[in-house]
Amino acid sequence: MSFPLLQATSLSCERDDRILFTGVDLAVEAGSLLRVEGPNGAGKTTLLRILAGLHAGYEGEILWCGEPIRRAREHFLRNLLYIGHRPGIKPLLTPLENLGALLARNPGMTRDQQEEALEAVSLLPFAHIPCHHLSAGQQRRVALARLYLSDEPLWILDEAFTAIDRAGVESLERLLEKRMAAGGAIILTTHHRLSIQGAQSLDLQIHAGEALSV
Amino acid sequence: MWQFFHKLGSPKWFYGIAGRLMPWFLVPGLLLLLTGIVWGLAFAPPDYLQGNSYRIIYIHVPTAFLAQACYVMMAAAGLVTLVWRLKLADVFVKAVAPVGAVVTFLALFTGSVWGKPTWGTWWIWDARLTSMLILLFLYFGVIALGNAIADEKSAARAVAVLVLVGVVNIPIIKYSVEWWNTLHQPATLKLTEKPSMPPEMWVPLVLSIVGLYLLFGWLACLRMQTEILHRERRARWVRELVE
Amino acid sequence: MSAMQKLPRLTPKQESVPVWPACWAVLRRDLLSSLRQRQDLFNPLVFFVMVVSLFPLGVSPEKAFLSEAGAGILWVAALLSTLLSLDHLFRHDFEEGVLEQLLLQPQPLYLIVLTKVFAHWLVTGVPLILMTPLLGLMLQLDGNSIACLCLTLLLGTPVLSFIGAIGAALTLGLRSAGILLSLLVIPLYIPVLIFGTGTVMAAGQGLPITSHLALLGALLVLALTCAPFATAAALRISVSNS
Repeated sequence: MSFPLLQATSLSCERDDRILFTGVDLAVEAGSLLRVEGPNGAGKTTLLRILAGLHAGYEGEILWCGEPIRRAREHFLRNLLYIGHRPGIKPLLTPLENLGALLARNPGMTRDQQEEALEAVSLLPFAHIPCHHLSAGQQRRVALARLYLSDEPLWILDEAFTAIDRAGVESLERLLEKRMAAGGAIILTTHHRLSIQGAQSLDLQIHAGEALSV
Repeated sequence: MWQFFHKLGSPKWFYGIAGRLMPWFLVPGLLLLLTGIVWGLAFAPPDYLQGNSYRIIYIHVPTAFLAQACYVMMAAAGLVTLVWRLKLADVFVKAVAPVGAVVTFLALFTGSVWGKPTWGTWWIWDARLTSMLILLFLYFGVIALGNAIADEKSAARAVAVLVLVGVVNIPIIKYSVEWWNTLHQPATLKLTEKPSMPPEMWVPLVLSIVGLYLLFGWLACLRMQTEILHRERRARWVRELVE
Repeated sequence: MSAMQKLPRLTPKQESVPVWPACWAVLRRDLLSSLRQRQDLFNPLVFFVMVVSLFPLGVSPEKAFLSEAGAGILWVAALLSTLLSLDHLFRHDFEEGVLEQLLLQPQPLYLIVLTKVFAHWLVTGVPLILMTPLLGLMLQLDGNSIACLCLTLLLGTPVLSFIGAIGAALTLGLRSAGILLSLLVIPLYIPVLIFGTGTVMAAGQGLPITSHLALLGALLVLALTCAPFATAAALRISVSNS
């Protein structure tokens, strides 16, 4: 049993008549962090969405613990936490309500734990204010509060640090390190400079204008 | 990358096969349809009740048959698209949907022309005509959805879902419309009440039905070829073919 | 930050997750969102009343016409108003990224969709039914017909929501989604409309209506069992395309 948590071989994706990327191979072991890099439009978000199983238009194979992801779907989803560009926050609900709804996928979280998580992203004073009154960064923090309660070993975070202030980013970096030490695996994209020991990176080149022919 | 080109094999293969099949659809199809229609229109005996006006069935009935069969074929192809992700199935749906809509329209048109001498009005809310009208709506929906989604693969799968939902609904729609019809106009003259047709009447009908199906096969092949060329326009074999 | 004091070893979990808390959370979130956005709740209802009032004005205020056509008018208005409200069913969730999270839940998407549509019906279908007796009186329907009408709407409006959800999921994220949605969904609504109004007509003629109601019930069961599958498939396609 030495399979990586998530493994992808020769992934390629084409969108709107142009190649986004081809021949991408990656393997994410327990306790590692993979940072996907590349210029805007290189397909970072699409790659992350493909890995999370949200985007179906790709060629290649993705394995979860050595099993094809399509067959191991329920098991995979149970162990995946994905936060995308759009954080999944209902603007009319309070941070506490939003967090509760997002955590309902694996129940058993007490309200105290949820409040602790909001405390960790310094949102506890705003716990009962509808999210549309909060700033963009604060709304994103609501989604990020999930990270403090997550027991999923695989995280896929797409631009998770956007609109987060420096102190917030530092605190998240410590969390990521802690997760890696505990055997969690993380795939992320970010424009921030990260100071995390042992981060690997994957570079996506841009294939602008390259036609799909021999 | 190579895997991608490998998969192009099947549309290319079909392109060749379709080219060879097409004459076999076109020639017998034309012959049968013409024979059926000429025989039906000129030589078959007049109906004892409706006189000569019934002769439009030689166009109406084949188109009405094909209109429904075409939708069912699209649904079968849609299932193939969703389950096996076969490119050809989706090419078929896209190529055939407008043909189905036109055929449905023809069936509606001939039905309403038939209505004029039979009921004295161009349109009557007869059960058959009404379900045909709803079928036309279903075709419009399929075509509109296919055009609205830019990404080819997503469009194919979305259309497949819609066609399958539609095909589940067709029997329900037919049943409900017939039920509604009996509710509102009990037992008038129905388009299809022909207790026993003499052979001189139904043989040409069968001929024209088979002929129209064959012609449909030809048109489907032709349109699928066009669609394949468009989709595979960047593949080498298409470029060589065009040059 | 005691939440992160000690972190147990993170390994893939094998056990399956309970389903009901997740569905309950979906229901609760949707209902809370709707209740805090009262205008969205109110608009389809106002639309319903306005469409109904067009008929006496546009056709005839005669009692004979209204009591003959009243059931049909109310059914058509309910159908249109449901159609109007379908746009909200997934659109906000889609734009806010909530839908992505729902698709990534380990619970069956079928049940999540079922819950969402049920929540939608609670905030759009139920108010229509509650409004119907009043409008029925205005359309000169007798008490018997009104009761029957409410019963058919009770069975029929969930079917409208379930079928409509398929269309809403298919057109998610498209430009001109609204009109396209109507185009896809209206033909599928016809059987519900026919059985709904037919039942009220039969009741008006003093005929027994149990078999009619059974037909509507059968449609409801069919919609309940099949439509969420189609909706789930359509949602996956639409999210994948975004």
